[in-house]
Amino acid sequence: MRRVEGGKDLTARNYRVVRSMSLKDIIEKTLSAWMKDGGPEADVVLSTRIRVARNLNNVPFPHVASDADLKGVVDAVRDAVKRSPTLASLQVLDLAEVSPLDRQILVEKHLVSPQHIGQVKNRAVILRKDEVVSIMINEEDHIRIQTIFPGFQPEKAWELCNEVDDGLERGLDYAFDEKIGYLTACPTNVGTGLRASVMMHLPALAVTNQVGRVLSTVSHLGIAVRGLYGEGTESSGNIYQLSNQVTLGRTEEDILENIKGVARQIIDQERGARSYLMRETRRQLEDRVYRAYGILANARMITSEEALRLLSDVRLGIDTGLIPGIDRKIFNELMVLTRPAYLQKLMGRELSPPERDVERASFIRERIKEG
Amino acid sequence: MICDECKKRPANVHLTKIINGHKTEMHLCEECARAKGELDFFGAPEFSFHNLLAGLIHPEPMGIGMTMPSPYRTPRKCETCGLDYTDFTQSGFLGCSNCYADFHQQLEPLLRRIHGSTRHVGKVPGRTSGTLKIRKDIESLRAELQKCIAREEYEKAAEIRDRIHELEGKLNESA
Ligand SMILES: [Zn+2]
Ligand SMILES: [Zn+2]
Repeated sequence: MRRVEGGKDLTARNYRVVRSMSLKDIIEKTLSAWMKDGGPEADVVLSTRIRVARNLNNVPFPHVASDADLKGVVDAVRDAVKRSPTLASLQVLDLAEVSPLDRQILVEKHLVSPQHIGQVKNRAVILRKDEVVSIMINEEDHIRIQTIFPGFQPEKAWELCNEVDDGLERGLDYAFDEKIGYLTACPTNVGTGLRASVMMHLPALAVTNQVGRVLSTVSHLGIAVRGLYGEGTESSGNIYQLSNQVTLGRTEEDILENIKGVARQIIDQERGARSYLMRETRRQLEDRVYRAYGILANARMITSEEALRLLSDVRLGIDTGLIPGIDRKIFNELMVLTRPAYLQKLMGRELSPPERDVERASFIRERIKEG
Repeated sequence: MICDECKKRPANVHLTKIINGHKTEMHLCEECARAKGELDFFGAPEFSFHNLLAGLIHPEPMGIGMTMPSPYRTPRKCETCGLDYTDFTQSGFLGCSNCYADFHQQLEPLLRRIHGSTRHVGKVPGRTSGTLKIRKDIESLRAELQKCIAREEYEKAAEIRDRIHELEGKLNESA
């Protein structure tokens, strides 16, 4: 992977060689800004992400564009970035020049979508050094600008995204229609092209079986919810992502207000459920979170699915004060660091799934001990 | 439980999407889920709204009631990129920005179903705001001018040329 920031390219060799360096320091150097810092409402909200979709005028959308068209888009955007005083320091990565493992890591760090690395010829990603800003070129749309912040920060994320958009637009001719706004490959994005997503950790609502009720309520408000890895409304790791469904007919501010209002309600309900659990079933809760802690601190093999589930319990223990002395950001970190590609990058070699389970367990043990 | 997609392997990835109270569930094996880009929620930066589109694109009614010989026949192909509207109904992707104009009639009810609106009220590109319409007008006038010249309608062409100059003047003022 072509990377300019020396400290960032943390290959396993580094990992082994600088073993004297604490794991914390290593993690500090490999993670994007959003995974390090808690941010507002960090007890419930893991991250806030804003993305806008843009296309160039008179160029077919990526899925039907010719190689020459696609290359033209990459060149035009690269040029616009270079000429913009606010964007010139961003780094352009040609995906074809990035190793498959490093591409997978870009996905695990949420900097590009899995679809984006499906085809790499004439595809690129532009990154700010702290990885708060990433711009996918020639994914579903010609340009997708994304900003991602820790915790609940929709305004900040939008402000920055808007700024990057302004910077790019100065050097590009966007496909825009006065009546229906920014034109996108799929009509579900047309208008503002804006998608705001809030990733939330909802363990107490899950334990009290309220997730389904809460989520089906908010879904009437033009908000889509996805919970993954689980039956129905369950999700191991208890992580749910809220996103606005509507992109046309509302201003960006209205879209943000709507998702903010909904997220606020869910934050309150999750907190309410946590205090209820602490009040009514403290013993059981304590037992549950310490069991999870015990397994994570001692297991010799662990799948990412199990790790996620237990990390969710430990995180609940940290957030309710039942497990003192551990930084809560450990959860965000380990969620990403124990993903297959990241793990292999850290270990410096390809790992079979059982090997991954071994390395994952040892990695988590070590990280948890450091606290 | 068997995977919804390949109907062979056991389903161990379960997805639920709730949109406006409408719940869809998918049960997939790991392989199919990955192929669909759904598995890695760390990887999938956003909810796949695209997949919802299929349920919203209604095929045009065929042979129901009378077929009126309409002078406003809806175009089947985009003049710019050549995309056939039926391709869109299958893939959910338009081919170019001009598709929105050419398929305007078919897309309007679809946009209403998706967004509850057909009118953009948000951000406008700074560089083009205000001048966008003028530039569009100049474009179409230039095309008209060429036609007039080809037809040797010089009087009309002169008129159009004047209007183009007038608009260009406006454009320079606001630049
Ligand atoms: Zn399958
Ligand atoms: Zn077209």
